Amino acid sequence: MAKMILSMDGLVLKEIPLNKERLTIGRKPHNDIQIDNLAISGEHAAIVTILNDSFLEDLNSTNGTLVNGQPIKKHFLKNNDVVELGKYKLKYINDTPSIGGSADFEKTMVLRAGAIKPPAPEKDKDAEPPTLPGASPAPVAAPVAAAEATAAPAVAAPAQTPAPAVIQLLNGPNAGKELELAKTLTTLGKPGVQVAVIAKRPHGYFITHVEGAQFPVVSGKTLDAQAHQLEDHDVIEIAGIKMEFFYKT
Amino acid sequence: MKLAEALQVVVRTDPGVVRSHNEDAVWGDAAQGLVILADGMGGYNAGEVASGMATTLLSTNLQQIIPECKPREIDALSGKCLAHQHIIEQVALANDSIYRAAQSQPQYAGMGTTLVIAWFFDNTVSVGHIGDSRLYRLRGEEFRQITRDHSLLQEQLDSGMITPEQAKYSQNKNLVTRALGVDPEVEVEIHDYEVLPGDIFLLCSDGLSDMVEDEEISMTVQTLQSNLDLAGDQLIQMANDNGGRDNVSVILVKVRGDFAAPSGWWQKLLAWFK
Repeated sequence: MAKMILSMDGLVLKEIPLNKERLTIGRKPHNDIQIDNLAISGEHAAIVTILNDSFLEDLNSTNGTLVNGQPIKKHFLKNNDVVELGKYKLKYINDTPSIGGSADFEKTMVLRAGAIKPPAPEKDKDAEPPTLPGASPAPVAAPVAAAEATAAPAVAAPAQTPAPAVIQLLNGPNAGKELELAKTLTTLGKPGVQVAVIAKRPHGYFITHVEGAQFPVVSGKTLDAQAHQLEDHDVIEIAGIKMEFFYKT
Repeated sequence: MKLAEALQVVVRTDPGVVRSHNEDAVWGDAAQGLVILADGMGGYNAGEVASGMATTLLSTNLQQIIPECKPREIDALSGKCLAHQHIIEQVALANDSIYRAAQSQPQYAGMGTTLVIAWFFDNTVSVGHIGDSRLYRLRGEEFRQITRDHSLLQEQLDSGMITPEQAKYSQNKNLVTRALGVDPEVEVEIHDYEVLPGDIFLLCSDGLSDMVEDEEISMTVQTLQSNLDLAGDQLIQMANDNGGRDNVSVILVKVRGDFAAPSGWWQKLLAWFK
């Protein structure tokens, strides 16, 4: 579960678990987190937590709310964000376990209407309609249990990228010109005549025929429809143009 | 032009790198102008049972309806056009079958599936969807997501709680708010879109859209549009190269020509002679 660590002048005052859907911060005693200091507004800010995500909202406070030094109105909290209210600091910690082994990662689940409740007292479980048990995993508990998700983006960057490589034209009007293979896909040739594509993958560069009656020739060998991994200093022939593939060192 | 000539359909599905089961199911037929993609969920093999039931039931039943159907005609009872009416009815039937199976067999308890279905007729496509499987369209340079996910994340985006940039980092990606087969009734969202020659439609499961950025998907479809089979393979490969944490499925539909329904008596006569 995510938490906030309240501190002032580097001194830790309190650890606050984010176990409520809405948690308010302010000077007045009815707040969930009361900070009795004149720089803090009566109702200063609120943290809304839905499953694993928490949002910080400034409630039009007099002195404002900063996150990592920037004033905010509304902010989606990320692990290690530092929230500042006056002299007080609140550090947001959301250290859900990292991806590792569990194949349940990101398994799609159905969220039913009314499923978003603050983590409920025991009796709430009995209150669920009888058709549900055993159906889908209890929506409230499941994301926490199955949330091996990390703070890492779910759209993962490619695990690794190959060494940078280029294509150098060996003949034709642009002979000598270099083309860096920076994109995931680089097309070569003339549309409608002969086109091949070089795909940049984690473990190297692969050339594949795209269109045209002629297939590309790589270092003297004509390719078939399969992708072919390029070796350093391979010479490629497409639509009468010769070019050399090599790694930049 | 007949649908079989006007449309080129490429269907690909892959379990990905991490999972042992493939819970996605895909079906497509250019001659019928019908493509269906489902991403199942539920324990053990229940997910693939749900998605398999969805694609099989919908494809079998709609294939019997399509040859006799005038999709634009209005159904007197519901006031909806027949294309929508048939999709609604068949989705309700599939929902009922999956729901009953889940209720009656303990090993299938709680199973369900997302759904995207696209039915092409008369230079139009009717798109129905439930859950977070998507349909995108490439028209010229513009690559656009047509369906809106039924997911918690989309609701948070709509209500302005988070920005699209923040959504990429959200940990709630996997929660859908609608699914086929989990409740006695389900509402399928249906819209019609005009189809132009040259358009490419992409249906995909979240195994693609979560693993590969939209810009990369767009670039791949644009770059490889002259070789649709290769484009399908490349999309799957990109999802797997990025980690392949979920099953990946794609259906590509390329519109090669006009497929307007014959309207006047002369066109009907011509069509009859073809």
